[in-house]
Amino acid sequence: MSIEAKGIVKRFGSFVALDDVDLSVPSGQLTALLGPSGGGKSTLLRIIGGLESPDAGSVLIDGVESTGVPAQRRNVGFVFQHYAAFKHLSVYRNVSFGLEIRKRPKDEIRRRVHELLELVHLEQFGQRLPSELSGGQRQRMALARALAVEPKVLLLDEPFGALDVKVRKELRDWLRRLHDEMHVTTLFVTHDQEEALEVSDQLVVINAGRIEQVGTPDELYDRPANRFVMEFLGPVTTLNGAAVRPHDIELLDTPNDAAVPGEVVRLTRVGFEVRVEVRAAGADTWVQITRGQAEALALAVGSRVWLRAAPHAGAWTLPDYGRADIGEDGLRGAGTAEPGGPGAGADEGGRSRIGAGPAS
Amino acid sequence: MASPGVALGTRRRSRYGLRTAALAYVGVIVLLPLGVILWRTIRQGGSAFWDAVSSAQAQEAFRLTGIVAGSAVVINTVFGIGVALLLTRYRFPGRRMLSLFVDLPMSVSPIVVGLALVLVYGPYNGWFGKGLHNAGFEVIYAVPGMILATTFVALPLVVREIVPVLEDEGIDQEQAARVLGASAWQRFRRITLPTIKWALMYGVVLSIARSIGEFGAVKVVSGNISGSGQTQTATLLVDERVEQLEPGAYQVAVVLIAIAVLAIVIVSLIRPKEEAP
Repeated sequence: MSIEAKGIVKRFGSFVALDDVDLSVPSGQLTALLGPSGGGKSTLLRIIGGLESPDAGSVLIDGVESTGVPAQRRNVGFVFQHYAAFKHLSVYRNVSFGLEIRKRPKDEIRRRVHELLELVHLEQFGQRLPSELSGGQRQRMALARALAVEPKVLLLDEPFGALDVKVRKELRDWLRRLHDEMHVTTLFVTHDQEEALEVSDQLVVINAGRIEQVGTPDELYDRPANRFVMEFLGPVTTLNGAAVRPHDIELLDTPNDAAVPGEVVRLTRVGFEVRVEVRAAGADTWVQITRGQAEALALAVGSRVWLRAAPHAGAWTLPDYGRADIGEDGLRGAGTAEPGGPGAGADEGGRSRIGAGPAS
Repeated sequence: MASPGVALGTRRRSRYGLRTAALAYVGVIVLLPLGVILWRTIRQGGSAFWDAVSSAQAQEAFRLTGIVAGSAVVINTVFGIGVALLLTRYRFPGRRMLSLFVDLPMSVSPIVVGLALVLVYGPYNGWFGKGLHNAGFEVIYAVPGMILATTFVALPLVVREIVPVLEDEGIDQEQAARVLGASAWQRFRRITLPTIKWALMYGVVLSIARSIGEFGAVKVVSGNISGSGQTQTATLLVDERVEQLEPGAYQVAVVLIAIAVLAIVIVSLIRPKEEAP
């Protein structure tokens, strides 16, 4: 069951939270809405769920016009960042809430709640109060509660945002597996790019009330439409006036015509990877390589090195205009990668408008 | 620098000092006067107590207090919940003003409240009073005016107990219930009411105590009539007996105190020992 949002505009006073946003979530997929806080992603999710109403635009759920339908009649599942557990009700009664509201027969409710508690591994905890559960357990309960009413779509607002790193990772894997079993169309909001890249089928990057780019995680990581998407999804450095991922730079220990000469100024080892900071042609850049590569090159502070964008597929560079003012011309792929590669480039780039003024 | 032992001793001494001061404060201001009333009641014996509280005038006074305080508590509970929801769940121009007005009855003297009500509803020169009087509906020197006055003075109690709880809990739970299909009434019944239950109960008990004990405003609007068409409530009766040096003041006062104490004890007994997080 698909979700379609067209021309959504939402203002809070003079602040424009969403500025003419179109979003299409295909049926059965797990789509992530990724962006910095205050970028409008939660607002968009709440508009789809009916918890906010848009100033303009329309929402279609499963092809049915839903813009004016109140939240209680949309039949969507919603999971909140801070669980929104009904504190005075047991885990069982939390999960059965939606079914009780729908006046389903008692034994059907019992069967369904037990099924769901088993699904979220809480079958032992039915009689506990939410306050007696850990954060991860509470969020699983909230998910079971949302799924109990067999929603058309499942909406999750920073579902793992309040959990610690270890539990986040567990729940993330678990959500992915759950989705593969249930195939309910899911839209989830996150500001964690790793989470979005790992879990989602489709990724929507949203910033300052506008959608920057839509695509699969690989498309967005490898061929970002603009500097914002590139920086938000992973590390970025500059080489020869172009933005490039630090693991897409090749380090050579012999002179090469196509490479930029430089000098190693600092080596930092972080676990299995080594960050090599290089002063190249007057500008600083950094390169991410493995420990093995660093040892093979016998790198030390002061070593002469030559840098070039890695020739392998997937490397993508953007002209570097600095962070603040990237004009429309700066949004298309350039440098060593094939210009206008699939899923990126002109199409999405033309929609994005970071920085009002022309590139200078 | 003082040695740790001396510091500890000082701390212990100051702790005992504080405790003594707090006990003395409550004892002198609250317990001693109430104790004296209880003592005098006991000293005058059981039959004096029975005579005082069972006289026709006392019975009627208790009945009036019950009607007036009961009505005021019901009104303040219903509107208190409404105003608290309005203050915490909606943003509208004049919200802060409303919040200030809710606190106003705390600072206005009850006598002034009574006077103001007479000026508005008085049967001869009140703003609305004349019309109501001509239509055969009496407000001042009658039960409706006494309910108005009592409602006015006890107005902030329920609101002020509920508002912090509603603010703390936020709207997440209500929104979750809404997405699960609950109508406004179902959300209120199943989520909001259980959430504010203890605060509401505490506010109601405070309102009961305040409404039963109200004296000044009721005295002004009721006319303090005894005999036929009595508008004299229990507190007014106590006042009359004290003024006229007649027996019965202590006994009626003890009944009023007992009701208030009982209400507070009941709530502290049924309130869960551990505050639910």
